[in-house]
Amino acid sequence: MKFIKYLLIGVLFGVTMTKSEVISWYRIQEMFRFQSFHMYGVIGSAVGIGVVMTFLMKRFRFQTLEGVSIKEKISEKGVYRYLFGGIVFGLGWALTGACPGPMYTLIGAEMPVFIVVVASAVVGAFAYGVVRSKLPH
Amino acid sequence: MNVLIEFVSQPWAWYVSGPMIALVMFFLLWFGERFGVSSTLETLCSIGGAGKKFSYFNVDWKTEIWNLVFVTGGIIGGYISVTILDSGIPLKLASETKSDLLNLGIQFDGELAPLSIFSWESLATIKGALIMVIGGFLVGFGTRWAGGCTSGHAISGLSNLQIPSLIAVIGFFIGGLLMTFLIFPLIF
Repeated sequence: MKFIKYLLIGVLFGVTMTKSEVISWYRIQEMFRFQSFHMYGVIGSAVGIGVVMTFLMKRFRFQTLEGVSIKEKISEKGVYRYLFGGIVFGLGWALTGACPGPMYTLIGAEMPVFIVVVASAVVGAFAYGVVRSKLPH
Repeated sequence: MNVLIEFVSQPWAWYVSGPMIALVMFFLLWFGERFGVSSTLETLCSIGGAGKKFSYFNVDWKTEIWNLVFVTGGIIGGYISVTILDSGIPLKLASETKSDLLNLGIQFDGELAPLSIFSWESLATIKGALIMVIGGFLVGFGTRWAGGCTSGHAISGLSNLQIPSLIAVIGFFIGGLLMTFLIFPLIF
């Protein structure tokens, strides 16, 4: 039962991304060609609200359902892993027109062939785990 | 009810979508978790037993099940959107993008992704299979190397003013622009 809430929020996430066409390969092309404001508006407004929300949550010690402070995204310092990893990710994002969230969602949005893309992404994650000690971080 | 469904079925503008994504992030933080989809790829490796040979995957994946449930919800949400909430209104793509893609030989077909590339028929061709398999692989490899994807870095990370996330997002764009302007003309 404790997972139901995650399922419902996931549905909201999937509907949001599909109805706003963020999962569309065409919209990603539009974004990388700087020919529409749409994707920048979506990500920009989410981040704008997110900045204020995260700040207020920390400032007023917002408590989670379990009564502890929120988990923050804290990344270790470094440049190489973020830059090079980011570039590899970006190449794949433009090619498939989908980052991980949309990739899953597309399977449901009557594009079942994206299960192949997700499976390849899992193989990619596995390959990283295998060679990570040889990569700059 | 029908009026409501019709209202929700229209394509959502960015100023609806962005705040909704922030709301999703709010709920996940409230539930004591973080918003980041790409870690599920790693979790799937751990469940598949990758931890036996590679310590990187030797983690307690049971604490990550919530995220797999979350993405399952995402798949259901995708299905609801193209069935109950389908408006029949085709995607309005910028005309410049349409003509740029046409120059590459990709005709805009009004679908979420061009069926000439993303379909079972295309998977049976060498080119189609390579695009889907290599593309997916790059996303999975890159996102774990960078430690996050669009949700984890661009949205959660930037919201928490993390410099590494900014570097990652710059990387995302370098990679995306290289693919779009240098590699696309070679493969399409």
